[in-house]
Amino acid sequence: MKALLLVLLPLAGAALAAVWPSDRTRPWLLPVVGVLHVALSLWLLFVPPPFASTAWFAFDPLARAVLPAVSLLFLACAAYAVPYLGVRAERSNRVFVATFLAVLGLLSAGHGARHLGLLWIATEGVTLAAVPLIHFNGTSRAFEATWKYLLVGGTGIALSLLGSFALGYASLYGGGSGDLTVAALASQGAKLSHPWVLAAWVLLLAGYGTKMGLAPMHTWKPDAYGEAPGIVGALLAGGVTTVAFTAVLRVREVVAASGSGAIADRTLLAIGLFSMLVSALFLLGTRDFKRMLAYSSVEHMGILAVGAALGAAGVYAALFHVWGNSLTKGALFLSAGNIRRAAGARTMDEVSGMSAITPHSAAIFITGMFAVTALPPFGPFFSELGIVRAAFGADRPGTAAMFLGCLLFVFFGLTRLVFAIVDGRPRAASRVTGQRFPETMSVIVPPLVLLGFSLWLGLATPAVLTEAWAGAVAQLFPTP
Amino acid sequence: MNAYLNLLIGLAIGLNLLALGSSRLPSLINAVAVQGMALGAMPFLLEEHINWMVALVACATVAVKGFVIPILLRRAMRTANIEREVVPSIGYVPSLLLGAGGTIAAVAFARTLPLLPEHAGSLLVPGSLASVLTGFVLLIGRSKAISQVCGYLILENGIYLFGLLLIHATPLLVEAGILLDLTVGVFVIGIIVDRIQRAFDSLDTRKLTVLRE
Repeated sequence: MKALLLVLLPLAGAALAAVWPSDRTRPWLLPVVGVLHVALSLWLLFVPPPFASTAWFAFDPLARAVLPAVSLLFLACAAYAVPYLGVRAERSNRVFVATFLAVLGLLSAGHGARHLGLLWIATEGVTLAAVPLIHFNGTSRAFEATWKYLLVGGTGIALSLLGSFALGYASLYGGGSGDLTVAALASQGAKLSHPWVLAAWVLLLAGYGTKMGLAPMHTWKPDAYGEAPGIVGALLAGGVTTVAFTAVLRVREVVAASGSGAIADRTLLAIGLFSMLVSALFLLGTRDFKRMLAYSSVEHMGILAVGAALGAAGVYAALFHVWGNSLTKGALFLSAGNIRRAAGARTMDEVSGMSAITPHSAAIFITGMFAVTALPPFGPFFSELGIVRAAFGADRPGTAAMFLGCLLFVFFGLTRLVFAIVDGRPRAASRVTGQRFPETMSVIVPPLVLLGFSLWLGLATPAVLTEAWAGAVAQLFPTP
Repeated sequence: MNAYLNLLIGLAIGLNLLALGSSRLPSLINAVAVQGMALGAMPFLLEEHINWMVALVACATVAVKGFVIPILLRRAMRTANIEREVVPSIGYVPSLLLGAGGTIAAVAFARTLPLLPEHAGSLLVPGSLASVLTGFVLLIGRSKAISQVCGYLILENGIYLFGLLLIHATPLLVEAGILLDLTVGVFVIGIIVDRIQRAFDSLDTRKLTVLRE
């Protein structure tokens, strides 16, 4: 029941926001719901509720291992949204606030969904609810990005529905009832029809992989992240990708139970390494620092896929990485938003010397960049180390070498662009816009807090989290 | 019963080809609408005992796919003031050939798939695969936003056909949720199409090329 509140509370908040009369006070609904959501999800993290394995929706170990990270990220974005929507007072924020809250509710539903149909409905719902967020800026570029997001994302998500049906047919053909709950499918095990399971895996990986932004289905990502406001980018990169990743993990559990786990792991490994390679190459070329964050997100989705392919130790590290990615990426997107507003532009040809105009945001941006490229002692360092160790443990030194090689190129790409923007002499145009949008405490503290969490994760990983990740791994890799 | 069902699926496949060959947007939208209604009626042929929930979802499907979505699309077409696709990226004859070849391949491929005896004689699987393929050809081969939306709807129809294999297993709640998502999806697409029209003064998606590396 408490788990259901995680869904209903934001949705009720969204309904309230839709009828709230004042544009000035409406954004405060975001942090209010955010605080309640964080309190509830932390409570459930510390006191895991009992659940029936046949339930369609439950706060099960996998949801427990990742949902609190999304909840924390949302709270930081919500706190940032109040001053942000304050400076964007020229346009109504009714739709923005309502859909932002609806995205949180649907994300919670997707994380806890143990029925493939419900999972699909929640993910599709998130996709659609995010549309008004992406074109909030109302420019023609924003509509172009939204169109590409809708078409690529819609097609991808349609394929995952076809995959879900194929998995249901695998169950029917194997003499089962066609029940689409993950538990029922996994309990059928080797009786699931092998060809249909493989077809389903390909379709579901393509579908949810599109939502994650794995290459080559990542094409919508740079456009959407580049044109959307920073808080939207943060929620997409840290929340929507996470729900798609949990979907992949749940489907992988069924495929492994049917006896095709090795094939699933091989495809995950190939697509993960390919995503890392593609993002590394694009990062060496891009000149726009918001699109840079999108390619960095593609890279981190690749890291998650590689982790998911490397057995129990790899999945544990990947769940750790979900936290590191959500919190650090959030800090990067929010500080990038500050820099973008003050600079009035976003490519390295038009922006430089931002350390003089927005010193705090620039410092957070650089630190976040080092955190996300796995500098110790931030969280991502330890999770990526865990994945490399899992690769060696699974006797895959070639994978580890390629993984590390991609990380190195990503590091080159990111540092090249970030220092070009932060260092040097400020442009004249930026000096003017910088005075219009000065840094205030209210836009510095949220990314700083997220960065602090990332540091805390690395320095002293809370015992409750390691226990939650281990619980999720035990759920995904049941010992017979 | 199966014969009537196959007749309807045959009609849906024929409408795929009509959609691929039509250059005028109204006939494309009509093809999608008729196909959606044919699909919506299928549960009545599949189920021996119609309970009121099945009837409700089937009627909702006919109403949404046959009337609501086409009305939204026609309205978008009128505001954009376009009637036909002028230069498709894949021409009409090649599209038709692709569609016909794809349909034949789908029938041949479906024979090799492991199917339950009660589904072996039906056209559900080949019809579904052929529609998914048609949807992809339209998505890739047309440049007007509305034609691409029609392609997306035909793709969805193909997936719906496949879902009919599971009609006894899938809870109706899920069916209703999927239908709701589809309706909201087309509604959202309609809004975006309208905004693109205003921002670019055209619905030609080939003009959407500002964002690139």
